Amino acid sequence: MKNQSIKVLQGKKKHVLETWMKFQLSDESLREDLMSNEELRIQSEELLDAFLTNLKDDTIDDPKSSAFEAVVDILSGISISRAKQGFTPRETGIYIFSLKDALLNILQQEIKDPQELYVQSLKINKLIDSFGVVTFETFIKGREEVILRQTDEISEISTPVIRVWDGILALPIIGTLDSSRTQVVMESLLQEIVETGSSIAILDISGVPAVDSLVAQHLIKTVSATRLMGAECIISGIRPEIAQTVVHLGIDLSQVITKSSLASALRAAFQMLQLTVVKKQRVQSITE
Amino acid sequence: MTIVREIDVIPFRNRLKEIAIKIGMSLVNQTKIITAASELARNMLKYANGGNVTIEVVSKGRENGVRLVFVDEGPGIKDISLAMKDGYSTGKSLGLGLPGTKRLVSEFQIESEVGKGTKVTVTKWKNG
Amino acid sequence: MEKIPILRMGDLLLVTIQVDLYDRLAETLESDLVLMIKKTGAQGVLIDISAVSIIDSFMGRIIGNIATMSKIMDAETVVVGMQPAVAITLVELGLPLNGVLSALNVERGMELLKGKIALKGASFEDDEDGYPE
Repeated sequence: MKNQSIKVLQGKKKHVLETWMKFQLSDESLREDLMSNEELRIQSEELLDAFLTNLKDDTIDDPKSSAFEAVVDILSGISISRAKQGFTPRETGIYIFSLKDALLNILQQEIKDPQELYVQSLKINKLIDSFGVVTFETFIKGREEVILRQTDEISEISTPVIRVWDGILALPIIGTLDSSRTQVVMESLLQEIVETGSSIAILDISGVPAVDSLVAQHLIKTVSATRLMGAECIISGIRPEIAQTVVHLGIDLSQVITKSSLASALRAAFQMLQLTVVKKQRVQSITE
Repeated sequence: MTIVREIDVIPFRNRLKEIAIKIGMSLVNQTKIITAASELARNMLKYANGGNVTIEVVSKGRENGVRLVFVDEGPGIKDISLAMKDGYSTGKSLGLGLPGTKRLVSEFQIESEVGKGTKVTVTKWKNG
Repeated sequence: MEKIPILRMGDLLLVTIQVDLYDRLAETLESDLVLMIKKTGAQGVLIDISAVSIIDSFMGRIIGNIATMSKIMDAETVVVGMQPAVAITLVELGLPLNGVLSALNVERGMELLKGKIALKGASFEDDEDGYPE
């Protein structure tokens, strides 16, 4: 015998969809700014379709059954895209739980025997709850993806390599220098050295809050790698407190050219390239 | 793959590079894992007259990576913690092989039994 | 057996490594190069590694050896064109090749070598012919 609720729900598919849509649209938190009602309808219909088609006697008690894979897939897709579009977890939760309301609503109308209604409601309840869990899992995964992407972006934009002069690059480091950041710094700096054929790189650490032995090690690594490429590396922006900690921690920076400010580093770079900056003496040149 | 001659290292490196590219590993990380693999393969040749290495693609959450397992039936390592120290070598190399390799990979595991052989497992994550 | 060619350009030796190195090839290069310095009395050696994608501790050591050996034979060595990924890996490995001069590309390397040789020439003016055959 076919399970009663399956028969009822499959027969009343259109009705279920209408009820579900009604619940969704009547909710205060409906985000028409993020998704049009039409889109929402298409999305909901697709999900309901997959759900009802796979709802069978042997699957109704088993949300992990392979028959529901299609449902889980669609649900994950919806959930991830919602997370990326900026829906709140609450809104996404309401989406799936309002389906439960709709299903139960229909069952209530169709099944007259209270005992049977109770059993069937419980089954649907359990099933949708487990789908709800999937929704939240994927929703959070979607959010994590957004966070990861932003982290990548931050590390990318926070290491701009600036060409200050022909053959001289500057790289202001702002924020903490950890090992993954160092890797990004090294990569972009060395790549830029190759591309511009620069022979001097200035690492400005005025924006680095603190230099401990680990950060110093990262800096020394960057300097070594630059030298291996055949360019020289100057570290500038050594604040007094940094100088103090470096010495107190016993960090050896003697192999590295260090300057207190970017200006003095640039002057040193000019000297290495045998360039001089002179003030224009216009008056003199006219009279002579 | 079996590595018994020095020349076997080259196809092994190429194979590893192909796989690393396939999972979208950055050039720097590719270079690091291949260099690490090269060190370990040399160790295997030098101390154990060769051995076997397997390459597999592994994943942890959304992160993909490459795992290499080097197995040999050589003399084994008596004191692993000593072998992992920078600048220590029983041969006349620089003694950077094992500790340097560890710095190049994301995960490093070594098991060894004197007289039986050595097994080194290294993993490099795509972004790590 | 495979060999890496060594070209002579005036008093300089030019080595371009176009293949991925393996240990024996690197060792052969080391001994060939030292012989060549002796034979030609070269004052400088330029090694172009722009096509090399992997340098591990062994090959790094060979490069260091070449630099030191040629130094005591009175020739300067410059390594040019190291790829960024290789440089980062060498540093991570703990092998910053401190005694080796490096330059961005062949052109810069030549300038560097010529500068070094000119400096030497200034102090020993009659040292131009190098070693007798």
